[in-house]
Amino acid sequence: MKFDTVIIGGGLAGLVAGISLQRKGQNTAIVSTGQNALHFFSGSFESLQEAPPEMHSLFEEAGIRLHYREGVRLMPLGTFRPSCLSLEDISLFPSEKFARKVLVVNFMGYHDFFSSFLAEGLEKQGMQCRIRFLNLPELEKLEQSPSEMRSVQIARTMDRIWEKVVQEVRILLKDEDAVLLPQVFGLQDTSVPGRIKQGIPAQVVFCGTLPPSVPGIRTQMLLKRRYEVLGGTYLMGDEALEAHVHDGVVHSIRTKNLDSHYLEGSHFILASGGFFSKGLRSNPFSIYEPVFGLDVEYNPDRNAWYDKAFAADQPYMGYGVKTDAQLHALADGIPLKNLYAIGSILGQTHPELGSAAGLAIRSALEVSAQIKK
Amino acid sequence: MKLQEITQSKYNFEECMKCTVCTAYCPVLQVNPLYPGPKQAGPDGERLRLKDPYFFNYALKYCLNCKRCEVACPSGVNVADLIQAARIKYEKTPPKLRDQILASTDFMGKLARPFAPIVNGVTSLGITKTALDVTLKIDRQRTFPKYSPSSFEGWLGRREKEQAAFPEKVAYFHGCYVNYNYPKLGKDLVKVLNALGVGVELLDKEKCCGIAMITNGMSSKAAKNAAVNVASIRKAVAEKGLKVVTTSSTCSLTLRDEYPHLLGVDNADVRDSILIATRFIFEKLEKGAQLKFRPDYHKKIAYHTPCHMERMGWGVFSEKLLRMIPGVEFTLLDSACCGIAGTYGFKKENYEASQAIGAPLFEQIRSVNPDVVACDCETCKWQIEMSTGYPVANPISILADALEPEK
Repeated sequence: MKFDTVIIGGGLAGLVAGISLQRKGQNTAIVSTGQNALHFFSGSFESLQEAPPEMHSLFEEAGIRLHYREGVRLMPLGTFRPSCLSLEDISLFPSEKFARKVLVVNFMGYHDFFSSFLAEGLEKQGMQCRIRFLNLPELEKLEQSPSEMRSVQIARTMDRIWEKVVQEVRILLKDEDAVLLPQVFGLQDTSVPGRIKQGIPAQVVFCGTLPPSVPGIRTQMLLKRRYEVLGGTYLMGDEALEAHVHDGVVHSIRTKNLDSHYLEGSHFILASGGFFSKGLRSNPFSIYEPVFGLDVEYNPDRNAWYDKAFAADQPYMGYGVKTDAQLHALADGIPLKNLYAIGSILGQTHPELGSAAGLAIRSALEVSAQIKK
Repeated sequence: MKLQEITQSKYNFEECMKCTVCTAYCPVLQVNPLYPGPKQAGPDGERLRLKDPYFFNYALKYCLNCKRCEVACPSGVNVADLIQAARIKYEKTPPKLRDQILASTDFMGKLARPFAPIVNGVTSLGITKTALDVTLKIDRQRTFPKYSPSSFEGWLGRREKEQAAFPEKVAYFHGCYVNYNYPKLGKDLVKVLNALGVGVELLDKEKCCGIAMITNGMSSKAAKNAAVNVASIRKAVAEKGLKVVTTSSTCSLTLRDEYPHLLGVDNADVRDSILIATRFIFEKLEKGAQLKFRPDYHKKIAYHTPCHMERMGWGVFSEKLLRMIPGVEFTLLDSACCGIAGTYGFKKENYEASQAIGAPLFEQIRSVNPDVVACDCETCKWQIEMSTGYPVANPISILADALEPEK
């Protein structure tokens, strides 16, 4: 099968590159080995000081609204982090003390939202907190299998009964000027978070839960749908196994599902992610890129890959494939003419800086512009 | 790299990093709180079961075997295989009479075919449905597939010489549905392949692929069928140099993947030669073969990717073929399970869940309002037709319909 551009990796970087190229009239395919890091997405593009010009309209057309405000956002354990460009339902505050009194609301039996940590964190910033649990009969069904009382399962129910939550919160609300809710709203119906905000007479803040991330899955679904509406071919659950390269030019790739039916392309984009997504792999002796065998920037001394202090900055998170200034990936020191690397496989993503989403968007749009130059 | 290959666990279950992505895509978990979910039923449960079979949970029977957890898994864990393999290994209760009947598509077809008009009449009667509901727990709200009075094998057998005259040939694994219920699909395939200059022949011996037996606790019987089928396929591939095509996504997946993964029947030498017909046809066209379509053809088509087609990653071939037909207005439906999962939705205890799983898909079909829904799976067809009222056709039948009639 022939395409203008074949993209390996169907996460944020791959989807944004794919949509951008389809918008410019290209015929592209995305090969995605299972689902991706968007399922752990906070909802903020933290390393982006401003949205690249194409980003707003690209997201808008997919049905994803963004907002921009320099400030901080609330983290799931009650701390704050500087942030500016975010999904519309992620609250951004000018400073940490965003309210006087906060009502923290959780659901009975839901353990993936840390209400007491949150309250502790907010109290440190001088906000008084009261924690209340909602006992909704609609969620009792979920409680039958406690291990499966997760964000996404609750969110599916909430798409139907969110008005009930608004009513219950209104009853609970006393003199608080803010309400904190777990981020389990608007999985399918994207208007829900906004309508909840309208329905409650206080500042409503949605705060992250343990994965999967509801805003992240929503973003994934909307971007994928948009990509397919634009005529893109999304090969879900397939895996690029090897590439056919001659004279520094990639001709085709072989995938697990299509096997002898190669995917041919004029351009190739490698957006296969970092270690989590197996874009980068390691064995006891080396760190390598499995599809093209690209050059990887890393310290040959294995002991230097990681820091024994678990929470410390882990050096391996910074490792990535080598590229030239136009993001052409290097093999044996020489850039492959029609292969670009984007997103987390470039390395330099540090979770504690929240830089992955910004890197994905920037590099994806940069490469899309290169290809259509 | 070697080290990692040597230490790979069965079904790759140790690769599970507990990310919970699979649980977000399990259709059963969304509607049935009794099901522990793919993570718990698969890799998490496996660790416990390996310690002590006591930890086997009978709620694993609620798994649809749709494989969507495997498609979603970022770590390459064969979650659904783990679950089905655990059921095969640990389920000690013999299958109920109802499950045996539902799973024996081949046997029931042979039995019903000679009396097709009577059987079809009787199974559509309200009183029969009530009786089956009460006695066997087959849900009364289901519409039963109709039986055909003449088999596909008989029809193709009568055309053996004509088909042998074509310069190129393929062997066709037609499956129970084409043989006993809907020979028209097989005839449509013959029409399309003949138009490409390809003749169609039967396998030496074909048995039901066995998927319904695997999911209904009759895996030893399924393994016997598998051995017969693989031997016949091997003969066609090795001796005659033929490709083997199917028109059912589930038959394809079973022949290619369930045999080695769940039944221990080795098919490594022939696996690559088993293709769904739309892939075979797409590849012919890509190499320059041509089909002539009716100039006046116009249809609004919405394509539903069946779960097992999604797992094989081959929906793209059906999609591209349909898009190729001039006059087709094409919509790709969101990839979602229709809820029937073969025999699953026929069971009284699953009926409600089955319809709830399919609801978003049915809603999308209604909003697209197509002339026809295209789909490569026979049980999806029953489910979508019954639940939405829209006609459903295999892409092969749509191709056959759009071809210019021979002069």
